[in-house]
Amino acid sequence: MRARVHVTLKPGVLDPQGAAVLHALGSLGFDDVDGVRVGKVIELELSDTDPEAARARVDAMCRALLANTVIENYDVEIA
Amino acid sequence: MTLRAGVIVFPGSNCDRDMAVALRAAGADVTMVWHKDASLPAGLDLVAVPGGFSFGDYLRCGAIAARAPILRAVVDFARAGGHVLGVCNGFQVLIEAGLLPGALMRNARLKFICAPVGLEIATTDSPFTRDYAPGEAIVLPVAHHDGNYHADADTLAALEAEDRVAFRYARDINGSMNEIAGILSANRRVLGMMPHPERAVDPVHGGIGGKRLFAGIAAALENAAVQGA
Repeated sequence: MRARVHVTLKPGVLDPQGAAVLHALGSLGFDDVDGVRVGKVIELELSDTDPEAARARVDAMCRALLANTVIENYDVEIA
Repeated sequence: MTLRAGVIVFPGSNCDRDMAVALRAAGADVTMVWHKDASLPAGLDLVAVPGGFSFGDYLRCGAIAARAPILRAVVDFARAGGHVLGVCNGFQVLIEAGLLPGALMRNARLKFICAPVGLEIATTDSPFTRDYAPGEAIVLPVAHHDGNYHADADTLAALEAEDRVAFRYARDINGSMNEIAGILSANRRVLGMMPHPERAVDPVHGGIGGKRLFAGIAAALENAAVQGA
């Protein structure tokens, strides 16, 4: 079973990388972009076979390590 | 009583020996402590978490180091009233370990900043800053990519109300809220700071702005030991 975790900055937290990417897109002529936020995708190979149990484990992993909940939100997909 | 200090060493630490030199210059007896150790040497007065790039800054700066076996012991030491100093990557580690509030994000203008910077002593009410004058201007080197201090509004208000900002940048260098360069724990015994006091303790370093931090903590803990005896 595979899990995919999306880690994104919370709304309102300044994202200097997003601002730099927005600026670079503008300089390439993509001037129709109003905002860019840069996040991370983490893929996990799990030995769990029960989707609910897997989701609970990955949620615990996010809170313990994968995301910094002071500044980041996370979202878990189980496949 | 001689100050007994432990300096934590992670793969990727690169200021650990500088920290040991600065502590020894202040009279401390220093033991280096490997990150895989599950306990601290007995009888330490101070634990220093040094700068560097622990675990390659993977995931987030300090995130992996904060989950190393020795950090559980450092957290227990701090919660029992022990003194802890985290510098640069060490500050990032202490925040990731939950000993200090907030987060250290990528510098606002994305550049790695390596320069001597002006700082203001924001409080002298701590064993680390007691030998400075309130509001005194000092210069310490910084060398970081992720020193942009961020906290939610309530946390920031509490830090200010409780006089827990130890150092502020004289001018904005990295986007840090309220120009915060270093903060104290609620019991004022844990200090995390991005500038490097250990790189400014000898005239050959180009300045001695950090020397009184080490002298202060050594004197404070020696006094505490005398009073406790």
